[in-house]
Amino acid sequence: MGCWNPSIEKMPRKDLREVQYRLAKALISRIYETSEFYRRRMKEQGVRPDDIRTLEDIRKLPFMYKRDLRDNYPDGLFCTPRDELVRYHVSSGTTGKPTVVGYTRHDIENWSESLARAFSSCGLGRGDVLQVSYGYGLFTGGLGVHYGAERVGATVLPTSVGNTERQIELMQDLHTTAIACTPSYLLHIGEVAEKMGVSIRDDTDLRIGILGAEPWSEQMRDRIQDWLGIRAYDIYGTSELSGPMFTECSEQQGIHIWGDLALVEIVDPETGEVLSPGERGELVITILQKEAFPVIRYRVGDVTVMDEDPCACGRTHPRIRRIQGRVDDMLIVRGINVFPSQVEHALLEIPEVGRHFQIVVDRKGALDTMLVRVEVSEEAFSDKITDLMMIRKMVEHRLKSSLNVGVAVELVEPGSLPRFEGKAKKVVDRRSI
Amino acid sequence: MEKPYIIKQISIFSENRPGRLAAIAGALRDAKINIFAFSIAEANGFGVVRALVDRPEDAHRTLTELGFRVSFTEVIGVKMRDEPGGLSEIASILGDAGINIEYAYAYSGKDGAVLIVRVDQVEDAIRQILGHGGELLKASLFR
Repeated sequence: MGCWNPSIEKMPRKDLREVQYRLAKALISRIYETSEFYRRRMKEQGVRPDDIRTLEDIRKLPFMYKRDLRDNYPDGLFCTPRDELVRYHVSSGTTGKPTVVGYTRHDIENWSESLARAFSSCGLGRGDVLQVSYGYGLFTGGLGVHYGAERVGATVLPTSVGNTERQIELMQDLHTTAIACTPSYLLHIGEVAEKMGVSIRDDTDLRIGILGAEPWSEQMRDRIQDWLGIRAYDIYGTSELSGPMFTECSEQQGIHIWGDLALVEIVDPETGEVLSPGERGELVITILQKEAFPVIRYRVGDVTVMDEDPCACGRTHPRIRRIQGRVDDMLIVRGINVFPSQVEHALLEIPEVGRHFQIVVDRKGALDTMLVRVEVSEEAFSDKITDLMMIRKMVEHRLKSSLNVGVAVELVEPGSLPRFEGKAKKVVDRRSI
Repeated sequence: MEKPYIIKQISIFSENRPGRLAAIAGALRDAKINIFAFSIAEANGFGVVRALVDRPEDAHRTLTELGFRVSFTEVIGVKMRDEPGGLSEIASILGDAGINIEYAYAYSGKDGAVLIVRVDQVEDAIRQILGHGGELLKASLFR
């Protein structure tokens, strides 16, 4: 697919690292001057801007956490005079205070540039009509995607969220070719359309979905693509980074993180140690060119894997895999980090069992035990005990190979497992330390 | 000619904990379904309740609607003499014909004793039993 900024997107990796170093160095020097918060943090860590002599030296800097943002509400972390701000966004504060993000004109430009590259890499551009069904307003999704789409010359249809029947009518009348929304909302649109007698596949021009702002899976992608007849791309970002910034390219093999805009590290959530590409851990991001509200080594809390191999599309920037869960959900079983989402993904690949599960962690003597309770699917239920025992063995084996830790599996009756998301019910930790 | 003797047994997945059989039996009671015979096969942590009932389709639907995992399995019911040697006779016919019994259970009622058998080759088994003068329960009993 067309490259928006080929000289940057296909820059040799070595040159990209040089650019990253130069930008990181400039950023750190600037915020040391302008931000009391960062200066104090760096002094506490005993590190000065001069100590940053290679790109790896950024690891000398302390991490930033969500609580730093809350503690400095509303604008204690801003590094530019207030009159340079052209916009605020505010993230919802489901726990504690909300966080406020400010943008200079240049920040908005870079955010739009990031999405312009991303959208071009999914084949979205001039001639397309992008229906933006993310919320507009304090949430970054609607306006962020809006500016990115205008930048590539697409026509924006800013429907925002809700009034699904009207969304479908407009989709038909104005020949929408792409939609940006949550994957679950797109499924809802598909269902409502069917009730209206409209087939998204046959009766609309929709061909691309830019989907995110909630966790979703490869299985969900397959379902959306097969059912609606479109290509569905994962989009990633959080308000702390600016908003949605990065997407997959047409290869659908991970999300390209533009290295000149963001520096990605993957760390062990427990120790903070930087992990190698291919290792699963917590995403840490430094936004390299942010003016108003820079984030340095920000612990996003999302779990993923970084991939530094060149992409088949020819872009050289590193990719991250689909977000696999939240660090808050992590369990440590016999010293191994286990995420409930790994169990979920493994089970989705096994048709003999349902998608619902419960993890029970216990301690026998000095040893942790992990039990995963699953339901036998209707198709796989056999009257023969030996068949059921084989299913159990097979699930144990598959879970062990994907989690790297031994797991016992228990088959339970359908409907007996918690149906709702959330760690509270999906994980029972009986260990008493 | 074998079809009239193939009986639909219902099999129900059950966790191995107190009250599960009561839940299944209670559901069948409420649907006014009579149980002729049943058995429980158990493994570590779970089991399968197998039952011959007078209305297998209704039982399947009722239990499925209540959230149970239910399937049909084809079995045969062989009438036995209710005296020493009754079981031996039937088992020998199947054994001599090289037919393997996967599982079996039995009941002894007012019309005599019946062996319910799940075999790998159900039609073969029916031919062998009938060919040796044995008697089988008719599937028409279970509607």
